[in-house]
Amino acid sequence: MDVAISGTLPHLDDCARDQIGNEVVPVLEDGDYALDYYGYSKKERTVGNRHRSHCSDALYRCDPQGNDGIIRTVNNSESRKVNKRLVWSIVFVAVGMFGFGFALVPLYNVFCEVTGLNGKVKTEAVADAGYVVDQSRELTIEFITSVNESMPLAFRAEKSKMKIHPGQYYTVKFYAENTTDRKMIGRAIPSVAPGVASEYLSKAECFCFSEQEFEPHKLREMPVRFVIDPSIPENVKDLTLSYTFFDITDKNRN
Amino acid sequence: MNKIRRLLAGFGLVLWGESHADYALNLTSGVTEVSRDIHDLHMLILWICVAIGVGVYGLMIYSIVHHRKSKGVVPAQFHENTKLEIVWTIIPFLILLGMAIPATGVMIKAYDTSGADMTVKVTGYQWKWRYEYLDEGIDFFSTLDAKSNEARQLGANIDPTSVPNYLLNVDNPLVVPTNKKIRFLFTGADVIHSWWVPDLGWKKDTIPGFVTDGWAKIEKPGVYRGQCTELCGRDHGFMPIVVIAKTNEEYKQWVAEQKAKSEAVKAEATKNFSMDDLMAKGREVYNSNCAGCHQTNGEGISGTFPPIKGSPVATGPLAEHLNVVLKGKGEMMPAFEDSLNPVELAAVVTYQRNAFGNNKGDLVQPSEIKPQH
Amino acid sequence: MSSVVATHDEHHDHGPGKGILRWVFTTNHKDIGTLYMGTALVMFLVGGVMALIIRAELFSPGMQFVDPMFFNQMTTLHALVMVFGAVMPAFAGLANWMIPMMIGAPDMALPRLNNWSFWLLPFALLLLASTLFMEGGAPAAGWTLYPPLVLQGGAHLPFAIFSVHLLGISSIMAAINIIVTVFNMRAPGMTLMKMPLFVWTWVITAFLLIAIMPVFAGAVTMLLTDKFFGTSFFNAAGGGDPVLYQHLFWFFGHPEVYVLILPSFGVVSQIIPTFARKPLFGYSSMVYATASIGFLSFIVWAHHQYTVGMPIEGELYFTYATMLIAVPTGVKVFNWISTMWKGAMTFETPMLWAIAFVALFTMGGFTGLMMSISPADLQYHDTYFIVAHFHYTLVTGAVFAIIAATYYWLPKWTGHMYDERLGKLHFWLTTISVNLTFFPQHFLGLAGMPRRIPDYATQFAEFNAWSSVGAFVFGFSQLIFVYVIIKAVRGGEKATDEVWEGAREHGLEWTLPSPAPYHTWTTAPEIK
Repeated sequence: MDVAISGTLPHLDDCARDQIGNEVVPVLEDGDYALDYYGYSKKERTVGNRHRSHCSDALYRCDPQGNDGIIRTVNNSESRKVNKRLVWSIVFVAVGMFGFGFALVPLYNVFCEVTGLNGKVKTEAVADAGYVVDQSRELTIEFITSVNESMPLAFRAEKSKMKIHPGQYYTVKFYAENTTDRKMIGRAIPSVAPGVASEYLSKAECFCFSEQEFEPHKLREMPVRFVIDPSIPENVKDLTLSYTFFDITDKNRN
Repeated sequence: MNKIRRLLAGFGLVLWGESHADYALNLTSGVTEVSRDIHDLHMLILWICVAIGVGVYGLMIYSIVHHRKSKGVVPAQFHENTKLEIVWTIIPFLILLGMAIPATGVMIKAYDTSGADMTVKVTGYQWKWRYEYLDEGIDFFSTLDAKSNEARQLGANIDPTSVPNYLLNVDNPLVVPTNKKIRFLFTGADVIHSWWVPDLGWKKDTIPGFVTDGWAKIEKPGVYRGQCTELCGRDHGFMPIVVIAKTNEEYKQWVAEQKAKSEAVKAEATKNFSMDDLMAKGREVYNSNCAGCHQTNGEGISGTFPPIKGSPVATGPLAEHLNVVLKGKGEMMPAFEDSLNPVELAAVVTYQRNAFGNNKGDLVQPSEIKPQH
Repeated sequence: MSSVVATHDEHHDHGPGKGILRWVFTTNHKDIGTLYMGTALVMFLVGGVMALIIRAELFSPGMQFVDPMFFNQMTTLHALVMVFGAVMPAFAGLANWMIPMMIGAPDMALPRLNNWSFWLLPFALLLLASTLFMEGGAPAAGWTLYPPLVLQGGAHLPFAIFSVHLLGISSIMAAINIIVTVFNMRAPGMTLMKMPLFVWTWVITAFLLIAIMPVFAGAVTMLLTDKFFGTSFFNAAGGGDPVLYQHLFWFFGHPEVYVLILPSFGVVSQIIPTFARKPLFGYSSMVYATASIGFLSFIVWAHHQYTVGMPIEGELYFTYATMLIAVPTGVKVFNWISTMWKGAMTFETPMLWAIAFVALFTMGGFTGLMMSISPADLQYHDTYFIVAHFHYTLVTGAVFAIIAATYYWLPKWTGHMYDERLGKLHFWLTTISVNLTFFPQHFLGLAGMPRRIPDYATQFAEFNAWSSVGAFVFGFSQLIFVYVIIKAVRGGEKATDEVWEGAREHGLEWTLPSPAPYHTWTTAPEIK
């Protein structure tokens, strides 16, 4: 890159008064430079395509001596207008990205549902799907139960593993006992591994669809009625359905 | 020239030696097919990078030596060459392709958890692991071994090298059979932890509310140690993993022993113990489970962990003391009603009430351990 | 008319204000640049002290000095301070000082916004530091602030989040200023493809910042509402997911590390041509490579999450996309070497730092490539292998570039040559000790040592000891740097305008006097 301080640039017209005393103002085109240190807005009159500016606002340093060198723009109205536009469009993008961050929350769920990745399980009952049972295929489904943050609920499944055929409905019982003296409200969150299998799991009945109340020292039996869609990929032979109970008693008190 | 050749040869020998060394310089080959594949993939990438590095650094060194003003050279002025740019864009891309293909195969293998012979559920707690053998009904917690726990206290003045497998030892290891495909299911009980045994070849995060999985088929009997690898709070560095792989027969034996042990614990819980027995057992349990925060001398850490010594809880009403130990308190004190059996709970509460000069004189029997409100 | 103009003239031709208020109210890009760099230097030392506390504890197995909780606070704050208090402000300072001078502009486009961008910083950093004195101490969940762990934090949480918001706003405002300045205020004849590469890298960095800082702000706001206002973004109980936070954080976090390194690339692209006395090789390729890196940085974030249980399709996609970044990065390294090639190099202090950057950042690049491969990362993740990688890219990368830039431009800023002997001493002590500190950490990670632990098994003892020794030598060597700077500010051999032989051809700033006058380019240059 070659750099030179130029000595052959055009002069701005002088600021002067003509014989009659009218102001002869400098004619500024887009790209012309005139100094404006303070950034105040100026009166402008547009004649044709040219912008005329008021010299006597002392906001333009015209160069009556006609010295060489462009007198540099800092904040003439043109550049400030252009600056302003750019600034606001960038601010708009920044605010948009903030909104995008929040939009990612539902988008994340949509992405998980549409692709079946992440193992997020449907949280609503699905009506009888009327699948054709695939007797030739046998999958193994395992059930695991957990409680979060040592919630005092004794939670287990009636069996840890069963062999199933895709397309057929099964009912599995889960048991939960509140081992304390106070009433508890819990929410069970399901999760499936491998994640790809979650899309093919539908439940007609599940205690995970709603909050569950547990009276003190009572044992509850909670059934889950589910089916695996026969179109589940061939390479899925085992899957695990996990339920984690979270204690939401305090949340409900408020 | 000769000198440089000798230097390079020596360097190469060192690298070769180091890459085959068994001690703490390189990734382990491990004891599973996946761990071996990952190790081999790692070596492949490493050698490719070394080769590229030799080229790049070689050129730099050459240039530094020869293209200096002090040698009186006149600087060239060339500053672009589109053909060259294309060549050194395409060749690296092809090299990457050469890495991506084997990587894909290894990943597919590492991810295939189907067709397992047995399943183990691993739950990460602050700050211990829980292992459940779903097919056998075995369920226990695995905590940092007491000797390590004692030595790691601030200002303990115990030489860590005197503790066998310092920070890599637990009270109840995970025992599994060799040559059986084991499916691991992971979840978290409070925050995200991560279960890692380098010899198995991988780690998996444990996420509260979600289940993740992994698998391993261990080829050799032995003891394999790992650690938690996701920051999970104060004692993240103090919740190791020990996997003991036994032959199938030995494993079956161990399963039988565990079942018998849990029957025995249930039976013990109905017995009555003497103060001395409770104090002895209590000290053991305290040092393994409580001393991490409350310190072996019971004095806690000012501002963070309250002391047991002179504590209003440990010297106050028994019901409240039991409540705190069983159910936990606030965000830092975990619940112990799952991880300790009634005998251990009775012992540790007795110990806390009588040690450190508390001298309450009361003792707790296992049968008194009931869930409080 | 002339009287009005004359008054205007006299009134305007002032130099810098007097006293301490000059610094509070200044809108001059040089002053603000100085403020940023001074702050960055102080925070570098503060973050360094935290690192030394960490390395002191890790010197030998067993716990000797600190409680594990305090150790976690140190690792968390060390990272936050270094990233947001040292590296980012240092680059913002370099941008402020150099961009107007390099493009022939008299100042930044938005001088008052510039002042505000800076002054948010000390306030935000003080707020962050104050969390150390709150009940429960400072944040201790790692600079990544993962829930649910971070939500266990105590009184510090809202203050830490507020501090992060302020830091983000400061960066966004600085980025806006840079984009507007570069787009609208270049001297006539300076087309985009004639701009110095340092300006290019900062423009791309500024775009990255605009896109990512608001997402980070959103993510930490969600942490705040989860903790205090009953939302469940990251709580499975309410239908949320802790991993969602990780996606949001790393969508910000990955481009963020490129924010930290792209200006370094620019600095090195300025220095090497000067001291090789040769033009930068492949200018357009360098621009395209930087832009590609900037673009790619947005689509690779989940390589930080290979072990969370992502479906295999995700793992493979992120593996391939991440590996791709090696291509433009490699192109840049090759172009730097081609710039050196057949030049007539001299090895003054800035050149030493720049060459060390190329060599050592490349090491960080190699380990980055290894980590991009998801099956291998199943072993590397959350171990000291990762720690080694990012310290090579950030310390021998970003920090070395900042130091190089400081030595390079100090004579222009102060009008005095710095002490070359001391500069070289600083260089050699730092380079040797930095390798002693971080190279053994590769082995530690491969051998099985996790990160963020205050104590370790005894087989890791030897390398940890070496690393700690290196860290202390490194830390104290930086005091030489502080001394060199202070000495150059106060006096020294007078610097010429050009300072470095032939530098005029490599940047407009070398056509200006040294020290650069308070207002420069009030008369615009024309670029041919």
